[in-house]
Amino acid sequence: MSEHTIAVAMSGGVDSSVVAGMLNRAGERVIGMTMQLWNQKRLPDIASDNATGRCCSLDDVYDARHVAQLLGIPYYVVNFEDRFEAQVVKPFIDEYLAGRTPIPCTLCNNFIKFDQFLEMAEGIGAREIATGHYARIDWNGDSRRWEMRRSVDRSKDQTYFLCGLNQDQLARELGIPTAAKPDSQEICFVPNGDYAGFIDSYFKEQGIAPTETQGEIVTADGKVVGEHAGVHHFTVGQRRGLGIAAAEPLYVIATEPASKRVVIGRNDDLLRASMHVREVNWISIAAPSAPLRAEVKIRNKHAAAAATLLPAAADGTRIEVRFDEPQRAVTPGQGAVFYSGDLVLGGGWIE
Amino acid sequence: MNRYYFDHNATTPASPEVFQAMAPLMMTVFGNASSIHQFGQEARGELDRARRSVAAMLGAKAEEIVFTGGGTEADNMAIFGAGGHVITTTIEHPAVLQAAQQLPEVTFVKVDRQGLVDPQAVRAAIRPDTKLISVMHVNNELGVIQPLREIAEIAHDAGVLFHSDGVQAMGKLPVNAGELGVDLYSISAHKIYGPKGMGALYIRKGTELRPLLYGGPHERKMRAGTENVPGAAGFGRAAEWVIAESRAEAARLSVLRDRLEQRILTRVTGAHVNGSAAPRVGNTSNIRFDGIDSEPLLIGLDLKGFAVSSGSACSSGATEPSHVLAAIGLTREQARSSVRFSLGRSNTEAQVDALIDAVVEVVSRLRKLAPAYV
Repeated sequence: MSEHTIAVAMSGGVDSSVVAGMLNRAGERVIGMTMQLWNQKRLPDIASDNATGRCCSLDDVYDARHVAQLLGIPYYVVNFEDRFEAQVVKPFIDEYLAGRTPIPCTLCNNFIKFDQFLEMAEGIGAREIATGHYARIDWNGDSRRWEMRRSVDRSKDQTYFLCGLNQDQLARELGIPTAAKPDSQEICFVPNGDYAGFIDSYFKEQGIAPTETQGEIVTADGKVVGEHAGVHHFTVGQRRGLGIAAAEPLYVIATEPASKRVVIGRNDDLLRASMHVREVNWISIAAPSAPLRAEVKIRNKHAAAAATLLPAAADGTRIEVRFDEPQRAVTPGQGAVFYSGDLVLGGGWIE
Repeated sequence: MNRYYFDHNATTPASPEVFQAMAPLMMTVFGNASSIHQFGQEARGELDRARRSVAAMLGAKAEEIVFTGGGTEADNMAIFGAGGHVITTTIEHPAVLQAAQQLPEVTFVKVDRQGLVDPQAVRAAIRPDTKLISVMHVNNELGVIQPLREIAEIAHDAGVLFHSDGVQAMGKLPVNAGELGVDLYSISAHKIYGPKGMGALYIRKGTELRPLLYGGPHERKMRAGTENVPGAAGFGRAAEWVIAESRAEAARLSVLRDRLEQRILTRVTGAHVNGSAAPRVGNTSNIRFDGIDSEPLLIGLDLKGFAVSSGSACSSGATEPSHVLAAIGLTREQARSSVRFSLGRSNTEAQVDALIDAVVEVVSRLRKLAPAYV
């Protein structure tokens, strides 16, 4: 094959199928590949035939293979289960146990789709990869950097999950705009969005007793008001599932893994005027050395909020964010992504 | 792009003679072999002729051959047909392994680092309620040949039936059921340039076995279902090729296989032949490349036109580390870095040399990308 072979990551969904079709029609040499990431039958407690948000089902593979056959392109399923468990599933669980709320999609993009898949593509002789993500990638000759922009249709934009990609990774990804509906926003390996049930089942498989995660529910001043089945059942800002009667609505303010405590309080207690962001990856600009104005997203569905970014480390990998208006439910473990309009400046993890 | 096929242990193309033997039986001689009329008699004649050819290939009598829908069905007939406790090994084909796992009483005997079964370990596993011992003749992944005669003697001393999955032995080794001492022996047509969906179980005369399928009185009540006459005729023609020509072909392939192994071991550092110290059939080579993931190696070779295989395909089509390589003591990493080359009739010396060049090229590209390997 020529050096210009492109490996398309095909999920069986519409986006990646359209990408493969467009490249094929454009006369490129295209190979379709599906990543086998997780065995959905592995945790029998939560295995279900009609769950939503499932990755790597036989139906997905059938769909992807069917598209590849229609296009007449070579197609392979590659087994990344070991790496996915080590670099996405285990950190996902560890984050919950550390009192944070993780986003495995970002880890998957960083370590699987734009790392192992890229390595696999190069290994088989492909120069570039294409995925079905909603984002725009362009080369800026002045700054000599690859820039990332939000997708034209902002409702489908996926740059929040792509904030960990470095310049080398972006150089190999073909930014392909598509006009179809986005894939599911659910965590792909967790059936029906029940991540706590997933973690409970994983613990059972690993022989971890439920008593090891149980603890107390307390108020901000330390008063014990109830008990809970594990910190991984709670995320900052959560209202439901506390099982405590009170005159006004109560929310999770924080989870404290060391003491296994879940701290609750009023809605106003959730507001934060500032936060620190660690392991910041700069995309469209080099690491800043002076304060910088930006819009900051603290969740995928968050409307980016105006803020000032203050470097908290000399190399720009740690940033203090001061919001113009206090933000509700700043959640440790989630991503914080910095924008200037459509331009993705960079992003990192909320401390 | 030229494409070269080095995966003959997976399947083989039907030969032109096989195809020609089958074609008229689809439309012209189409009768049901169990029918009384002339149409049926013609079909019966073809079926009987095929049975004689397949029997001759095994040095058996025609009435000792039961046609099945493939090697897997023949294996399942043997495993489920004897009743009682069954002894088998950890390196069997899934057709035996998965079937045996359904049994209430089964013992899996381990193999050594070369993939060989120790007959004394089989003897030690025999219990008063043991009814069947099943040990494959030739392993599909390694090509290792098991000591069947010794195990057959042990089985018969204990009054236990002896089955062997001979799917990978046919055409690669001279096989005589009587000399091997097997009571039951599974074979498959598509591994010897015959049609897919066609197999047979040799059942030594006098052996009592329960059928797997119930229905009409076909195959002496051992396998219900209208006989696959075109499939049988193709199988018969393939067996005639085995009888006449496979010995010379096996010798030719053995020279090519040795050339492949010697040149790869010379040109690629950190390459090892799995099972090399055991007796092996001459067409199979299972090579481990240190620091290499077999998945991109296999795909990289395929994109250059060379078809090889690794591990076993799971239901999605992704590869999983081989249970055979785990059974001979390889780590998960080592099992994942092994590739199987299996040669056959279409392969020439020029093809083998092209394959060697392609392996050297893809392996060195992969090692450049994964600098962990030194």
